[in-house]
Amino acid sequence: MAAVSPSLGRFGPYGGRYVPETLVPALDEFESSFRRAWADPGFQAEFEGLLRDYVGRPTPLTEARRISERTGLQVTVKREDLNHTGAHKINNALGQCLLAKRMGKSRIIAETGAGQHGVATATVCALLGLECEVYMGEEDCSRQELNVFRMRLLGARVIPVSSGTRTLKDALNEAMRDWVTNVRTTHYVIGTAAGPHPYPEIVREFQSVIGREARAQYLERHGRLPDVGIACVGGGSNAIGFFHAFLNDPMDLIGIEAGGLGIPSGHHAAPLTAGSPGVLHGSYSYMMQDEDGQVLPTHSVSAGLDYPGVGAEHSYLKDSGRVTYRSASDDEALRAFQEVAQLEGLIAAFESAHAFVPLFERGGLSPGARVLVNLSGRGDKDMERASTLLGLQS
Amino acid sequence: MRQLGEVFGRLREKREGALVLFVTAGDPPLAQLPAILETLATSGADVIEVGLPFSDPIADGPVIQASSQRALDRGTKTADVLAALRGFDLAPVVLMGYTNPMARRGLGRFALDAAGAGAAGTIVCDLTPDDAGDWREASREAGLDTVFLAAPTSTDERLDRVCEASTGFVYAVSRTGVTGAGHEAWDEARTLVGRIRARTDLPVCVGFGVSGPADVREVCSFADGAIIGSRLVTLLADRWRGGEGREEVAAWVREAKAAARR
Ligand SMILES: Cc1ncc(COP(=O)(O)O)c(C=O)c1O
Repeated sequence: MAAVSPSLGRFGPYGGRYVPETLVPALDEFESSFRRAWADPGFQAEFEGLLRDYVGRPTPLTEARRISERTGLQVTVKREDLNHTGAHKINNALGQCLLAKRMGKSRIIAETGAGQHGVATATVCALLGLECEVYMGEEDCSRQELNVFRMRLLGARVIPVSSGTRTLKDALNEAMRDWVTNVRTTHYVIGTAAGPHPYPEIVREFQSVIGREARAQYLERHGRLPDVGIACVGGGSNAIGFFHAFLNDPMDLIGIEAGGLGIPSGHHAAPLTAGSPGVLHGSYSYMMQDEDGQVLPTHSVSAGLDYPGVGAEHSYLKDSGRVTYRSASDDEALRAFQEVAQLEGLIAAFESAHAFVPLFERGGLSPGARVLVNLSGRGDKDMERASTLLGLQS
Repeated sequence: MRQLGEVFGRLREKREGALVLFVTAGDPPLAQLPAILETLATSGADVIEVGLPFSDPIADGPVIQASSQRALDRGTKTADVLAALRGFDLAPVVLMGYTNPMARRGLGRFALDAAGAGAAGTIVCDLTPDDAGDWREASREAGLDTVFLAAPTSTDERLDRVCEASTGFVYAVSRTGVTGAGHEAWDEARTLVGRIRARTDLPVCVGFGVSGPADVREVCSFADGAIIGSRLVTLLADRWRGGEGREEVAAWVREAKAAARR
């Protein structure tokens, strides 16, 4: 689609707010309360205090010596897996739930794919005393069952979604419908940097702590910046949070999408690599669609990347050329998953394993390059599938 | 081709409420659409909304979701829907759907194609006046009305914008929620219609949760028209059966229209 009207919350032509009218006042309220809170030292102190004392920030940088030896690169890893609940998702869940409290909303809803965002939101709701309901596709409920149990233990209600492809996209649809119905009492904590304005911007701000920390830590340790930064891209929250601090630096930034069974197979979740711009879940951005504008089914071994859309700012960064987007297949991600475990003792989430794939590609990065990889989460949730896929039972 | 202004003007003179009916294109199968439209119009529908199915209908409840999915599973394509409308001129047709399928080949082209097929206007569930500048322009050029939705949560300032951007009629969403039959009280809708009326002379039609004659009578006591969606979609899916159920559907429409006569 060529024409979109320039309006609120655009990154170049991308973004905007394609939602039912019912939601617009709530989006306006969310935006204005964010702007007030973000400028309020009291809010900043509360957010930073909890990131430090509850989430466990700053997360460390780890020098990946054995991967470096194997690959001839100089690889450093940002350890978002060490956050409380095991992924970067809690940075955003915490920020949004604090805002919800300020807006006087007593009920929180969220969508989740891998379950990491659901667990993070359920956790923060327990901490802050908020009611929490999480929408999760039926297929994801079974492939990430451990996270379903965690959410329930934390006091959240998990609502399995049986419509459509029964994955993240449909969980988002169902959460949107809930929000349209209960918007007066409920805040919808979107778990990624997609969705209608102002979500892409607010989620980026809450996640940008990743890149700010990593940049300062890298400079302090190495006395210079890395040459390359890599992150996996589902909806794009860990990647945008990681990239943002580096956008003005002379560095190559690479986002890795889920290549699934391979781009030519059509069974993938790589809208930036192989999709086209359109409107999904409230914003104009790259997406996977057929020639009639229907959203295509996706496939990825990782539930958190199994999504046909992507945050609007990534579309802008792709077109501008500032960030390069590529894909890694299920098989490549699983190989990287094993390599990283065996070389560094790090069990990455399947999502995060995608970001390590370029390290092991022949002829990819220039020899000796200093590479900083964002390890967005840990892989405990994936052990059951890993044991089946990799034959770890015997 | 009958346009919205003409139809609402005539109803206003007769002091009659409008019966607006929604059907999903492609459910029942698209080949049946002309016969369905004819049955609805000759039995009393004043305006017909033809739903363009979308894979991810976030403003719809379970009935229209399932109906859209059945339509897509049958391979319903936008171009075929437009082709099926051609020649139908017994009531104005308003295309209702979501931004992406309408915008896929360019808004301007869609607007021209829709007008060429005889459509009177559009309702886009996930488009508000904020992001609709290009769409309004394309529609104006093609001669299509742009119906926008007003919600109980809309602020006064937003209602101003919805009324300013709408042509044909204003769609008042009866409640916070998605489409679907079943409604408890009409107070919110009544208040919203009053707020819209204070801003525009355009007709105001109320939809979401309007399911039968009793609702239609109630709604038409304070609004210019009542919109029935999910209930009719269910009736068609259960009873149309390739046209066998035509008389049952016609009787249902006649009863609903009688309730709109006030
Ligand atoms: C560990 C981890 N990394 C990455 C993602 C993908 O999301 P995003 O692209 O928003 O970072 C997820 C989503 O579930 C995740 O759990």
